[in-house]
Amino acid sequence: MTLAHRIIPCLDTDGTRVVKGVNFVGLRDAGDPVRLAARYNAEGADELVVLDIAASRDRRPTFLETIRRVAAELAIPLTAGGGIRTLNDARAVVRAGADKVTVNTAAVERPALISELSNQFGAQAVVLAVDAKRNGERWEVMVRGGRDSTDLDAIAWAEQGVSLGAGEILLTSVDRDGTQQGFDLPLTSAISHAVTVPVIASGGAKLPEHFAQIFTEGAADAALAASIFHDSVQPIRELKEFLAARSIEVRLPC
Amino acid sequence: MKVALIDYGAGNVASVERALQRLGVESVSASTPKRMAEASALILPGVGHFAALIRALDERNLRAPLLDALHRDVPFLGICLGLQALYDSSEEAPELCGLQLFAGKIQALPTRVKLPHMGWNQLRLKNTSRLLEGVAPEAHFYFAHSYAAMAGDGNAAAVATCTHGSEFTAVLESRNINAVQFHPEKSGPPGARLLQNFLRLAA
Repeated sequence: MTLAHRIIPCLDTDGTRVVKGVNFVGLRDAGDPVRLAARYNAEGADELVVLDIAASRDRRPTFLETIRRVAAELAIPLTAGGGIRTLNDARAVVRAGADKVTVNTAAVERPALISELSNQFGAQAVVLAVDAKRNGERWEVMVRGGRDSTDLDAIAWAEQGVSLGAGEILLTSVDRDGTQQGFDLPLTSAISHAVTVPVIASGGAKLPEHFAQIFTEGAADAALAASIFHDSVQPIRELKEFLAARSIEVRLPC
Repeated sequence: MKVALIDYGAGNVASVERALQRLGVESVSASTPKRMAEASALILPGVGHFAALIRALDERNLRAPLLDALHRDVPFLGICLGLQALYDSSEEAPELCGLQLFAGKIQALPTRVKLPHMGWNQLRLKNTSRLLEGVAPEAHFYFAHSYAAMAGDGNAAAVATCTHGSEFTAVLESRNINAVQFHPEKSGPPGARLLQNFLRLAA
């Protein structure tokens, strides 16, 4: 009886449609976040993340409507983010039905945002997204969708984020993202051992072995992926059965 | 049946409302003493900080009508903070008084494990449970909290526990009062079954 490792599909949207990691190979629901959400809810996903990767101000109401429609399909927790810069932005996302909010660039620019959110919603509702890229002997924090580098050390930033009130770290390896070569084990293990909160690993997943490795060697509490789930390359149920057979604690829905 | 969700301005009221809708039950929001007095079943959803819930109950003058309803045997379900609020007090906000229906102080989970206790965990059944009727013993429920009612206080109302760092009360049942530390509204089919069991008690 221990806490199960979580499998989390991520929907990268332009506010309305899933725009990244979807190969439209004859799937009726590819691209529609609401249909994908319903599918993942039924297939045994442990949570769902919905991101507005465009995060443009004028499309904000459309994204909130997407969150509302996605939340209506779910009997599992929903995390939403992309473009959250203020407490009011976060409030709108929570009101639309998100259980947690995730912040990234805006928190780097103004770390106090993390505390404001944590005081308002509780640490369990604040997910600090950290995009990290190897630079020599350390990992550097990247912002604006992994495009711009900062001077921040990823481990130090994750620790600071937790001390400011983040209840979870969503850690993306910029080096591995999109490569399908497996999660970044040294990065994830380093962050997971440095912080006291759960860590969600992201970037590079393809094979069931990748998930087994990130939960054992990488010490991740949860693992996130997009395209391999959207395209049904990796059915969630089969993935969980693979992990359970290797004595990795997962939730197998009845 | 008039199921009222106690809306104290924060928390997961909308999620619980949607979960009830999926079971075909329309709920009303109870944010005034009058609404609370009219309810035939009460649900107190909660998430976040102990102080936010207790202060909001007091600011909205909901403490007395809530206790009154509980003493009138109105079926009640507390969720997450809604369980913690039933105790004397909490380490999270030691200056505030809980509803004092159960003896003891809500405590922080030990720091040797990752906190918050976030995700899906299983229960250990201590006694026959009406809320868990028809739920598989190995079912997982979704937790998101850092404080808990520690098990072993000799509390006979604790019918199921969970362990994360230490063993804590996961399900409470005593007369008309029911409470769970996890989020049934976020716990898939087992969570829906639990809510249905509560609605049946309240019918």
